[in-house]
Amino acid sequence: MSSTEEILDQPLLRVTNLTKSYGGNAACRDVSFDLWPGEILAVVGESGSGKTTLLKCISAQLACDDGRIEYLMRDGILRDIHGLSEAERRFLMRTDWGFVHQNPRDGLRMRVSAGANIAERMIAVGGRNYGKIRGTAEDWMDQVELDPGRVDHQPGTFSGGMQQRLQIARNLVTHPRLVFMDEPTGGLDVSVQARLLDLLRSLVNKMQLSAVLVTHDLAVARLLSHRIMVMQGGEVIETGLTDQVLDDPQHPYSQMLVSSILPV
Amino acid sequence: MTQAAQQAAIPDEQAEIDAGAGPDPNYNFAYLDEQTKRMIRRAMLKAVAIPGYQVPFASREMPMPYGWGTGGVQVTASIIGPDDVLKVIDQGADDTTNAVSIRQFFERTTDVETTTRTEDASIIQTRHRIPEKALSEDQILVYQVPIPEPLRFLEPRESETRKMHALGEYGLMHVKLYEDIATHGHIATTYAYPVKVNGHYIMDPSPTPKFDNPKMHRMPALQLFGAGREKRIYAIPPHTAVYSLDFEDHPFDVQQWEQPCEICGATDTFLDEVVTDDRGGRMFVCSDTDHCTRDQEAAE
Amino acid sequence: MTKDMPRSEPAIPMVQVRNLHKSFTLHTQGGIELSVLSATDLTVSAGECVALMGPSGAGKSTVLRCLYGNYLPQAGAILIRHKGHMINLVGAEPRNVLAIRRETLGYVSQFLRVIPRIPAIDLICEPLVTLGADPEAAREKAAALLTRLRIPERHWSLAPATFSGGEQQRINIARTMVVDYPVLLLDEPTASLDAENRHTVIDLILEARERGAAIVGIFHDAEVRDAVCSAQYHVAVPADSDESSMKADEMNSDDRQDLAG
Repeated sequence: MSSTEEILDQPLLRVTNLTKSYGGNAACRDVSFDLWPGEILAVVGESGSGKTTLLKCISAQLACDDGRIEYLMRDGILRDIHGLSEAERRFLMRTDWGFVHQNPRDGLRMRVSAGANIAERMIAVGGRNYGKIRGTAEDWMDQVELDPGRVDHQPGTFSGGMQQRLQIARNLVTHPRLVFMDEPTGGLDVSVQARLLDLLRSLVNKMQLSAVLVTHDLAVARLLSHRIMVMQGGEVIETGLTDQVLDDPQHPYSQMLVSSILPV
Repeated sequence: MTQAAQQAAIPDEQAEIDAGAGPDPNYNFAYLDEQTKRMIRRAMLKAVAIPGYQVPFASREMPMPYGWGTGGVQVTASIIGPDDVLKVIDQGADDTTNAVSIRQFFERTTDVETTTRTEDASIIQTRHRIPEKALSEDQILVYQVPIPEPLRFLEPRESETRKMHALGEYGLMHVKLYEDIATHGHIATTYAYPVKVNGHYIMDPSPTPKFDNPKMHRMPALQLFGAGREKRIYAIPPHTAVYSLDFEDHPFDVQQWEQPCEICGATDTFLDEVVTDDRGGRMFVCSDTDHCTRDQEAAE
Repeated sequence: MTKDMPRSEPAIPMVQVRNLHKSFTLHTQGGIELSVLSATDLTVSAGECVALMGPSGAGKSTVLRCLYGNYLPQAGAILIRHKGHMINLVGAEPRNVLAIRRETLGYVSQFLRVIPRIPAIDLICEPLVTLGADPEAAREKAAALLTRLRIPERHWSLAPATFSGGEQQRINIARTMVVDYPVLLLDEPTASLDAENRHTVIDLILEARERGAAIVGIFHDAEVRDAVCSAQYHVAVPADSDESSMKADEMNSDDRQDLAG
């Protein structure tokens, strides 16, 4: 992390004054932040605070009304993602970016095997050797702690936690630089959550990923993120180092959020 | 007219047609009106200009059910002229129901000459086969297509598949082949095997057996595809490159049979399995009846 | 070893705290404002170990947490020598604070924030590996530390979640001491240790001083304090001490120090 971060004195993602309204209601108002290479940014807040809208806008799934979203392309140039051609944007989405949905069914193809799910991105970047593709898919199943012997099974035969790990493998197989995560542990049992968090944490470290993580779970934010952005009513009300915001929150709303966690 | 009179009139007309006295005067030449033919020809011109691209067209109701070749019939009706010689095959055979009824349809509405001999035909309308005999530049092959969209199996959203065609995002096709190998140990898709046309569009060659795929590659004849229910026309212009998708370590290959055709003895043709009795007896014979018959004649 | 190590070269300041103010505004409790630190000044040079002194609730832990960037001061400066430059932690970009933590600033908190399922030895290697160390060498170094701290080898591959309090504390110390941080912040590093392990930790701290680390710590145990410290700093009790002690206790009891950070 340290070496690339210091050589590249450019953020990987730069969001400037992003605004998005639905009808008259602003879901995101004037949001600005930089995401640096190797950095995990958690966006926290309650339902309706605008965090999911923000994630959709910055991952080019939703057009914003105002503001700029710039991404550091592999050629080292920051470019506005809404200024890219659709082909470029879609290519980015299936190679350089990953998107981990809360519900794995939204991020998987349920009618083809686990191996084919992982294979898709490899094929998208030109993989045409079945043996190699299958081997890599098995490797990745192992990395996300799925039994490679189940490479030919359909995701529907997997548990929720396993599906989520498969979704992660499917996203990471092309070594993306930026991953968007929307409540990745949201629908899972607590014990399954812990396992997934450990896995995500070690993969993120190992692959030096940058990520924007939307969550309402402050424990997830603490474990995975370097930095936190607290949103309320579509606006960013506090931002800072994760442990600083959680241990010494400044804004009344952040203090309320932190004090609402049940002690274990 | 009374009902009785109507019934009486039909055999007369039929007799007239059979006698070669011109097409049924109750219909426009080739059934479709001229404006409709122009509309379909425009779609075909666009299809020829963009090989493999599915051009939408205002498919008409035809006097036969969907699935019986309404797309192919409209294409043929739009290109056929009084001097054409028509051959119609169904699974390679000239004498099956679908082939016979479509041939009769055009005999009645155009009075053109029909044939079963591949080399004598100027237009060949086919359901699911390409004739074994190589076609020439003077011929047009018209395919009846049930489902034109090759990506639908994995991506049901039409808006998304169109985008994928436009951007050349065809990874999904290989995902399908991957899945085939994973399930069967080899690419088990034996018909409607996806092809890349002219280096861009991925196309479903209609349910022709993959045995015929290599014949599409650089074929001298124009190939037109019509899907009536789905309202799509697409084309492969003469001499266009048609590449069957595969993996490096699972290259494309065609079906092979252990035995020759039991009728003509050919070893290089597509064979149909025919059940001969109720005790499991079967034989393998050429699916292309014209080719089989003439091989036999040549042998005798 | 003596408390004041003889040094030939002039002292290099590693940590300089200038006029530090820290108060807490408790919005959830009617917006009461608690002043914990006012005008704290402190300088620690390479090879020095300063013990923070003062009664419970005086704000000793608050000073350490401010020094680590974990608490946000209202005013003042905290300068840390990072790669040869004095950098002010107050107002620094989060990623710069993280870079300073990664390479310069080691922090032993009172409690181990347990990460489920990660083996103890991997947990200890991690900071070194993040700095680019060879994983095999890092593992050897971690193994040596675990041996010195008397963690039985059969526990190394287990996740520390199930360890006893004393063992967890030693894992915590090993995780910090595995890197030769130029600045160390120690919050009661020997609190739950037996005599033998206490002495090992004293040795580790003295070795760190010897290699030139600047250390700021809270040591309730007078024996440990006398053994490792070169100076004491008395954290002033602010005027409204009753309330601030309440806040400070509350924060201490809920140690959420993030090992992942």
